[in-house]
Amino acid sequence: MLSVECASCPEGSHHPKYQVEVLRQLAETFREISPADFFYRNRDVAGFSNPSRAVYSTVRELVENSLDACETRGILPDIFIKISSLQGTSEVSQVLKVLVSDNGSGIPPQYVPQAFGQVLFGSKYVLRQMRGTFGLGGKMAYLYGQITTNTPLRIVTSTGSKVYEFSLMIDIQRNRPKIVYQKELRRLKKWRGTLVEFSIEGDYYRASPKIVEYLRQTAMVAPYANITFIDIEGRLIRFTRATNLMPKSPKETLPHPHGIDVENLQRIIELSKERNMQQFLTKNFHRVGKATAKLFLNEVKIDPRKDPRKLSHEEIVGLARALRSFEGFLPPDASCLSPLGESLLEAGIRKELQPEFVAVESRRPSAYSGHPFIVEVGIAYGGKVQQGGASLYRFANRIPLLYDESSDVSWKVVNQLMNWKRYNVDLAVAPLAIIVHICSTKIPYKTVGKEYVADRPEIEREIMNAMRDVARRLSLFLSKRLSYEREKRRFDVFERYLPKMAKYAASTVGLKNAPSVKPLLVKASKLSTEMVEGGKEKEVLEGSVAS
Amino acid sequence: MLKALAEDIIEQIRKADFPSIVMPSRTTDNIYFDKKLRQYVLGEKVVRRTARNVTHLKPLTQLIWAGYIASTLLRENKTSTLRDVFYMAEGEGLSFEDQPESDRIITELESVIKHPREDFNIFPEERSAMFGNLEVEYTVPGYEGRRLNFTMNPDGIVIGPAVATSEFVDTDADKVIVIEKGAMFTRFVEEKAWKRYNALLIYTAGQAPRATRTLIRRLNVELKLPVYLFADADPWGLHICQVIISGSANAAHIPELVTPTAKWAGVYASDIVKYDLPSTKLNEQDIKRLQEIEKDPRYQSEPWKTEIKKFFEIKKKAEQEAFSRYGLSFIVDKYLKTRLEELEG
Repeated sequence: MLSVECASCPEGSHHPKYQVEVLRQLAETFREISPADFFYRNRDVAGFSNPSRAVYSTVRELVENSLDACETRGILPDIFIKISSLQGTSEVSQVLKVLVSDNGSGIPPQYVPQAFGQVLFGSKYVLRQMRGTFGLGGKMAYLYGQITTNTPLRIVTSTGSKVYEFSLMIDIQRNRPKIVYQKELRRLKKWRGTLVEFSIEGDYYRASPKIVEYLRQTAMVAPYANITFIDIEGRLIRFTRATNLMPKSPKETLPHPHGIDVENLQRIIELSKERNMQQFLTKNFHRVGKATAKLFLNEVKIDPRKDPRKLSHEEIVGLARALRSFEGFLPPDASCLSPLGESLLEAGIRKELQPEFVAVESRRPSAYSGHPFIVEVGIAYGGKVQQGGASLYRFANRIPLLYDESSDVSWKVVNQLMNWKRYNVDLAVAPLAIIVHICSTKIPYKTVGKEYVADRPEIEREIMNAMRDVARRLSLFLSKRLSYEREKRRFDVFERYLPKMAKYAASTVGLKNAPSVKPLLVKASKLSTEMVEGGKEKEVLEGSVAS
Repeated sequence: MLKALAEDIIEQIRKADFPSIVMPSRTTDNIYFDKKLRQYVLGEKVVRRTARNVTHLKPLTQLIWAGYIASTLLRENKTSTLRDVFYMAEGEGLSFEDQPESDRIITELESVIKHPREDFNIFPEERSAMFGNLEVEYTVPGYEGRRLNFTMNPDGIVIGPAVATSEFVDTDADKVIVIEKGAMFTRFVEEKAWKRYNALLIYTAGQAPRATRTLIRRLNVELKLPVYLFADADPWGLHICQVIISGSANAAHIPELVTPTAKWAGVYASDIVKYDLPSTKLNEQDIKRLQEIEKDPRYQSEPWKTEIKKFFEIKKKAEQEAFSRYGLSFIVDKYLKTRLEELEG
């Protein structure tokens, strides 16, 4: 359960061994205060630690929600973002108006108040690869906006028929939406999607380079999206759709037993309707069939007919441990994942980086601790790719990761594990871009900041293999280009000197017209490199003999 | 010869063959010391420069160009220097990396057409000079018939293309004394060594240029004058004298540059001891050079062998000027007298 883990640590630190303990404390916390209040008190954890980061996180969360709203329905996204300044206040902080709209599925009006005004609304125990996790980040942004400006949130949404407008605030203490007003809008033309607009205090100017970079990288992994951004100065930045193909939507999946912890298990038990262990296992977990469930229950000596709600706390702890370690479960399948695929990744890279050469590799699904994942790696070289060393672009579930690059597993693979010399690449100077996309139902972020991925051996190995593969193809391209350039240079020499030779020879004997060297140039272009460069004359320089 | 070379190239281009030329190889394994001639000569090996090979294209074009320049110089009766050649090439998009590279192309042209560059009017920068009672008549265009006496300028008269190609008319000298250094040459003129010893004095300014070597040979062969060579008492001085006697490997493709009967007259290593000359220690480079020439076939006779041994023994070197400790005239009055008597005796 990502969101809980997320809140379990202060930003910038990580201590997984305390996780169980923290989870317990957290569960208690939830009973005492509302989740909204909790997040208000701990706003640092979700990336709202300072005025510039807050603006960046706001844009990021909203854009991701919008993209998800489109992609889950297979709609080609048209995302519009506008940031304007309401008051030119201090130098470090302004009151900003943020507007994000999409052409996604839209939200039925009866769900709007909860969806926007109640933290942890709609958390379901099904797993599917999505950008945002349980829509928490977006709510964090609204909450932050309300805290800093005390103004309501405006939402306009339509699922395709009627259009509704809402004005909401969040009752932080009670974790309840407060509807300021709600009305049906007269529809001018057919529209479907969601528009969110609210005020926030933050430092736009320091955030702006990161925002633009975030949108550019998002466009790289979502080449099927139109993204339009109007910044505070009224400048238009547009990332245009390059393809109408979209990755297939991921299926929802039950959690795999290998990825279960105690807190998870308790919640699943609370929510389940099954009244015996065997059905409980087959209905709530991925890859657990009747036979497997029997085998497992026999192994851990639990009666298949036992009511799961009658399990003691100790039994739940033991069961969770057994679920994680039992080897009889099939590995998770990857239907819940939605990799970009090689052609989309390549299209995105070509569109945003405009390189001379691209190679991409989508690995087959793999798993760590019951979580399926797929690694996709791209390499771009030359063209408009920035000179002067490799740039690394990291993505997790299609979210660009912009912070803490050097702590990421991909950075480790690129800078420490790969032997680039073998591929004739000088990492320090090559016009090279490396793109790593990891998709998983659970990305193993190292910290709550969710900016870098831990070096799980399984993931590291997959990245390594993919990177070797694309590097090999790059190396092949480089050597081919080198030999082409050599050929070209060689022919240039003929073209340069043969006419001169003819001219001087002609002048020596007083001939007006030099003999034509065209037939010779034709011959020269046909000579193979080996023939021409072989047998270099061993010429001793003057002075190397006794003078 | 220059025309034949050009015509050969044109013919090959017309037949759509990659032009190529053959010339004697000048690599170490094709240079032999001819004991009879007492000079280096080239062996039988040849190399082919072909336009088929990319790495040959530029040097081959430069060679053809040098041939064109030479033919122009001859046609227009002009002379040029090796330095000129280097700069002219830049204007033609045939730039040489450095002066030695352009010199090398001229050397190749010499070995292809089998004529020294002086024959096609390309000379090195001249610093070498001569003084003494010799009268010559110019043969260069515009000066034909005019005469020059080498006593006319007490600074000495530069040995350039005009002097090198002049006809000897008259002399009362009975020997040639060749001196390495300018200061010593001036001393010899001032002390009237040329008169007292009846000698023509030649100043080489270090390694003797080829025009000077040709002139020394002509004085020796045409006027039958014995030649005596003076240089510093160090391995480099030795080699200046030796190149005049036996030639250099560099010019192995050019005959008639050597004066095999010329005699090395000093300064010897043994003179350092004998005259107790102010001296300095041989440095590492000196020792290395000395070890090289010890094995050189040109040094396998006397007094070279004994003196080289002496150098190794005393590990010292001295300049010609070292004799000045006994007064400015000592070298001419005493040392030269004694040495010439020894050698003539």
